[in-house]
Amino acid sequence: MNRPGAAATGATEPLLSVRDLEVVFSARGRADVRAVDGVSFDVRAGQVMALVGESGSGKSVTSLAVTGLLPARGVRVGGQALLRGRDLLTMGRRELDGLRGSEVAMVFQDPMTSLNPVIPVGLQITEVLRRHTDLSRAAAKERAVELLGRVGIPDPRRRVGEYPHQLSGGMRQRVMIAVALACDPALLIADEPTTALDVTIQAQVIELLASLVREQNTAMLLITHDLGVVAGVCDEVTVMYSGRVVERAERRELFARPRHRYTSGLLASVPRLDGDRGARLVPIPGTPRDVVPWSTACAFAPRCPVADDACASGDLALVADGPAHVHRCVHPAGDPTATATSATSTSTTPPTTTTGATS
Amino acid sequence: MSALAPPPASGSRRADDAGDAAAGLADGALGRVAGDGRGETGGPGRWAAPGGGEVDDEQGTSLVRGALRRLRRDPTAILGAVLVTLFVLVAIAAPLIAGYQPGRALANSGITPSSVPGPSEEHPLGLDPSGVDLLTQLVYGARQSLIIGVVSTVIGLFFGLVLGTLAGAFGGWVDTLVMRVVDILLSIPSLLLAVSIAAIAGQNGTSVMIAIGAAQIPIFARLLRGSMLAQRGSDYVLAATSLGLRHRTVVMSHLLPNSLGPVIVQATLVLGTAIIEVAALSYLGLGAANPATAEWGRMLVRAQPRLASDPWLAIAPGLCIAVTALGFTLLGESLRQALDPKGRR
Repeated sequence: MNRPGAAATGATEPLLSVRDLEVVFSARGRADVRAVDGVSFDVRAGQVMALVGESGSGKSVTSLAVTGLLPARGVRVGGQALLRGRDLLTMGRRELDGLRGSEVAMVFQDPMTSLNPVIPVGLQITEVLRRHTDLSRAAAKERAVELLGRVGIPDPRRRVGEYPHQLSGGMRQRVMIAVALACDPALLIADEPTTALDVTIQAQVIELLASLVREQNTAMLLITHDLGVVAGVCDEVTVMYSGRVVERAERRELFARPRHRYTSGLLASVPRLDGDRGARLVPIPGTPRDVVPWSTACAFAPRCPVADDACASGDLALVADGPAHVHRCVHPAGDPTATATSATSTSTTPPTTTTGATS
Repeated sequence: MSALAPPPASGSRRADDAGDAAAGLADGALGRVAGDGRGETGGPGRWAAPGGGEVDDEQGTSLVRGALRRLRRDPTAILGAVLVTLFVLVAIAAPLIAGYQPGRALANSGITPSSVPGPSEEHPLGLDPSGVDLLTQLVYGARQSLIIGVVSTVIGLFFGLVLGTLAGAFGGWVDTLVMRVVDILLSIPSLLLAVSIAAIAGQNGTSVMIAIGAAQIPIFARLLRGSMLAQRGSDYVLAATSLGLRHRTVVMSHLLPNSLGPVIVQATLVLGTAIIEVAALSYLGLGAANPATAEWGRMLVRAQPRLASDPWLAIAPGLCIAVTALGFTLLGESLRQALDPKGRR
C-alpha cells in the first residue's frame, strides 16, 4: 500500500515517461497510417494524467502501445515508454508479462465484454493474484473478497462467486477495477472507463478511481473523450488530435486558459453548470476525418474557425506558454468566452483547406 | 414424458420475456446461482428440465442460459431431447427391459427356414432368425450403439480439441502444420477411413470406436480452431493478456471455455452420425468380434434373407437406428440455432 520512495522522490520524478511514441499501422497495398506521432508525456505517482481526444486521435492506441497489447503484425511502434527507467517497448515478452497486472494494470472501456463470461468474477481476481503473488488459494480468495469490498461492491462474499452476467454494468466495471488493483499496481491505465456506463454510475466510478489513486499513490493515465470526466479528477491534461499532442497543461490552467483552438472548441461544446443556461453550445464543425497530415499543416486547420495560411506550415512545434503549459497552435485562443463568440461568427465560413487527405 | 415437458407456462404459447426476466432477476437477488453449470455436461434430459427463470441477458454474456431458455420453448428441441433420453434410458436399463440374455438362442424356438415365430406373450416382438428374443436384441443393440457412439465421439472430441487448441491458440507455423494434417484426414471419406482402420486393427468393437472417432477428429479440430480465432480478438482475452497472465492460462481458462459452444453442438450431431456409422460398419461385418453381440447393423444383415416373409425383422432395427439418429440430429440442430447469435430474438 505504501509505496516507499514515491513520496520521497517527490512529484518531479515521473513513474511513466513516454517519449516520442510512434505507432504506424501498415497493411499490404495501403498507405501507412500514422496513428500516434511523436507523443510524449509523463505520469507521476499519485497523480492522474488525462489523455483527451476524440475517436481516432490515437489515445487508445497510445495506451495499447505502452502496455504492449497491439498485435505484432502490421504495427510498428517507435519511441520509448519508460517505467521507472525500464523501457516497456523493448523488453521481452516474459519480462513484460511479469510487469503487466502487477506493476501496470488496465481498466478497459466496456465492462460488458472485458470480463470473461464463463468464469465467476472472484476467480478472475484470484487468477491475477496467483499469477503475480505467492498467495495461497484461500488467501487469494480472501483478498478478492476484500478487493470487491474496497471497490464498493455490497456483500462481496456472495458476489465473489457470481458470474459477470449476474452483475450490472456499474458493478462489472467495479470488478474490472478490482482486478486491475489486485496487485497494487504502480501505474493504472484506464481507457475510457466510464464510456459504457450510465451517467450516474460514471460519476461514482470516476470518484472511486480517483480516491484509490490518491490512497495508494498510484499513477493513473486516464484516457477519455469526455472533458467532464477530466475536470473532476485529473491533475494534468494532455489533449491529442490526429495522433499528436496539441496541448498540455495543469488541469485548472487548461480549463481557465485553453490555448489550442481544438481545446477551446472542445470546452465551448461542453455545457457548463456555471454558465448561462440559455446559451447555445458551440460544436466543432466537421468530423475527425477532416484532417490533413501534420507534415503539411496543422491537422485541425480544416475544422478550425481561425485557420489561415500561417497554419499551413508543416510540423508545427509545441510552444511553451507559461510554466508547464505547452500547445501547438499558430493562433492560440485568448479567453474561452472570446473563443466561443469567434467560433460562432466564423463557423459560417468554413476554411477551404483540403479534407480527408490521409484517408 | 412429463418430466421432460417444459414448464407449464412456456409450452404452447411464447412465454413472455418480461416475466421470465423478472423471475430471473429475483433469482439473482436471492443469490442463487440458477442452474449453475447446467450447460456443461449431464444427461440430455437436462436440456428440457424445468427450472427457475434464468437471468435474461441478451448482450452475449449468458450464452448458455439464454440458449437453454430458448431450447425449452422449442418443440423440435423437446422432441429431440425426448428421443435421446428414451434411447439413453433404454440402453442403461437394458437388463431390466430385456428379460432374456442377448445373443443366446432359445431352444425349441420354432424357427423354420420359411418363417419366424411372431409376437407372443413371452416374446413381445417375437424372435429373430437365430432364435433370440427380438426385444432383447434391440435393447442390447441400443446399449452397444450408445457405448460405441459415445466412446468414439469422446475419442474424436479429445484429439480434435487438442489439435484445435494447438492451432487456434498458437497460430503461426503450429497452426499451419496442424491444419494441413487435419486437411489430409478430412480428404479421406469417413466411412472409407473407418473401414481401413477396422481392417488394419482387426475386427472388434475397439477398432470400430477408434475408426469412427478418428474420422471425427478433423471436424472438431477445424471447428474449435475457427471458434478460437474468433474469440482471440475479444475484449476479455485482451484484458487477460493485459494482466500478464501466462499464455497457458489465457488459453485454458479464457479462450477454450468460450470457444466450446459450436463444438458441443457438433458433438451432439456427431453422436447421431456415429450411431449410423456403427450400424453401417456392423452391417458390413466390421462390428464386434463376437457374432452373438447385439448390434442393430448386424440384425439388419440377418434379416435380409427373410425380407419378403418377415419384413418386421429388418424394420425393427432399422427404425431404431433411424429414430435414434433423428433424435440426436433434432437436438443438435436446435442447439445450434439456440446458440447462434444471429438467430437470437
